[in-house]
Amino acid sequence: MQQIINFLIKNKHSLLFLLLLFLSLVFTIQSHSYHKSKFVSSTNFLSGGLYGWQHSITDYFGLKQENKRLLEENEWLHNQLSLLGVDSIPKRKIDTTSFDKPYTYTKARVIKNDYSKIDNYILIDKGEKDSIFPDMGIITDKGIIGIVENTSKNYSRVISILNSNSRINAGLKKSNQYGSLVWDGKDPNIIQLETIPRQAIFKEGDTIITHGRSTIFPRGIGIGTIANYKLNQNKSYYLINVKLFNDMSNIGFVYAIKSRDIEEIKSLEN
Amino acid sequence: MNRDTLLHIVRFIVLVLVQVTILNHINFLGSLNPYIYIIFILLAPININKSPFLVVSFILGLIIDMFGDSGGVHAAACLIIAFFRPVALRFVFGLSYEFQTVKLSQVGFGERFAYVILMVLTHHIVLFSLEIFNFSHILLILKKTLFSSIFTIVITMLVLVLFRRNDS
Repeated sequence: MQQIINFLIKNKHSLLFLLLLFLSLVFTIQSHSYHKSKFVSSTNFLSGGLYGWQHSITDYFGLKQENKRLLEENEWLHNQLSLLGVDSIPKRKIDTTSFDKPYTYTKARVIKNDYSKIDNYILIDKGEKDSIFPDMGIITDKGIIGIVENTSKNYSRVISILNSNSRINAGLKKSNQYGSLVWDGKDPNIIQLETIPRQAIFKEGDTIITHGRSTIFPRGIGIGTIANYKLNQNKSYYLINVKLFNDMSNIGFVYAIKSRDIEEIKSLEN
Repeated sequence: MNRDTLLHIVRFIVLVLVQVTILNHINFLGSLNPYIYIIFILLAPININKSPFLVVSFILGLIIDMFGDSGGVHAAACLIIAFFRPVALRFVFGLSYEFQTVKLSQVGFGERFAYVILMVLTHHIVLFSLEIFNFSHILLILKKTLFSSIFTIVITMLVLVLFRRNDS
């Protein structure tokens, strides 16, 4: 017993070092597996608060650009409305049927955005208080951004599509073939669409959209256009490089998508 | 609490704030960021008590991880350079370290440069190996380590020269 205690006292620095190293490696390995990195996260009040405060200052420098982007989105929405033949002046009456949509959108502001690492995360300033919960999709007016992974009361962490753990269903706009979106960590403007079957017919410049096969994203949200493609080694699947519509290094406001039917669909699947 | 302890606490806080609000978002040439918060570990007193130093270094790394959503990679890298700092000091300063007479603010440029290079390279290679965590990307790890290290070393040397204390 005495010898054990002596050993511990003699090597206390090394033992402390090994203990802390083990702890940091556990955190590291957790961060490399999807949905497990909850412990060390920027959604707490300290880092969320600091980023929110920082963003409230730097926000002003992008106001002009942001206004322009909003005007463009409004223009597009007005054009869509006129195509549908709907009066663009809103009628102020409560109609319960118009609220009962399969998907509802909540706006949020990006307060921290990474795009230079292998596993990138985005922090937004809405949390459980605004009914943002894990597994909700995040989009902008141009296309998809990622999926909510971890929430606190006031902040949520979004696993960006520029993350090696991210797998999102996507497919071709003009046919029903679909594959999964992954990122190889090289260029933040280009992501990869895997396992599109060989029978698919497409060419460079075709649009890639979400396919609505999961409950996270509705069908038809834009992702990007095909930059180039090649067959994989055993020549059964295509590997497609997709150029994103979004500039991932410059995201201001985003929308979180909540699916109304998620509980029902999940209960059927299980 | 004496003046030196206060100085180290203030340095800790200022370095963390500068790192997470400014330097983590530089993304020079696409993805290069300097990680100068390790100046805290570089400039810790030579005769510091080892166990608290390891814990403080670990916490420093963990705070950077928390802000950067990077799991525990900074914590591991900080811990390793804090643990192996005596080895680096002995390697660079030799006998004067053994007799505890070396003062980082008074050593020559060459020795200080060698010390910074050694520590920064160790930190960055651990950092990027764990961050990328895939040995099929070994070239990417080495590339990022090399370029980020150059960036960090230049900024660190500038900071050390600019914020030098005249306590002679």
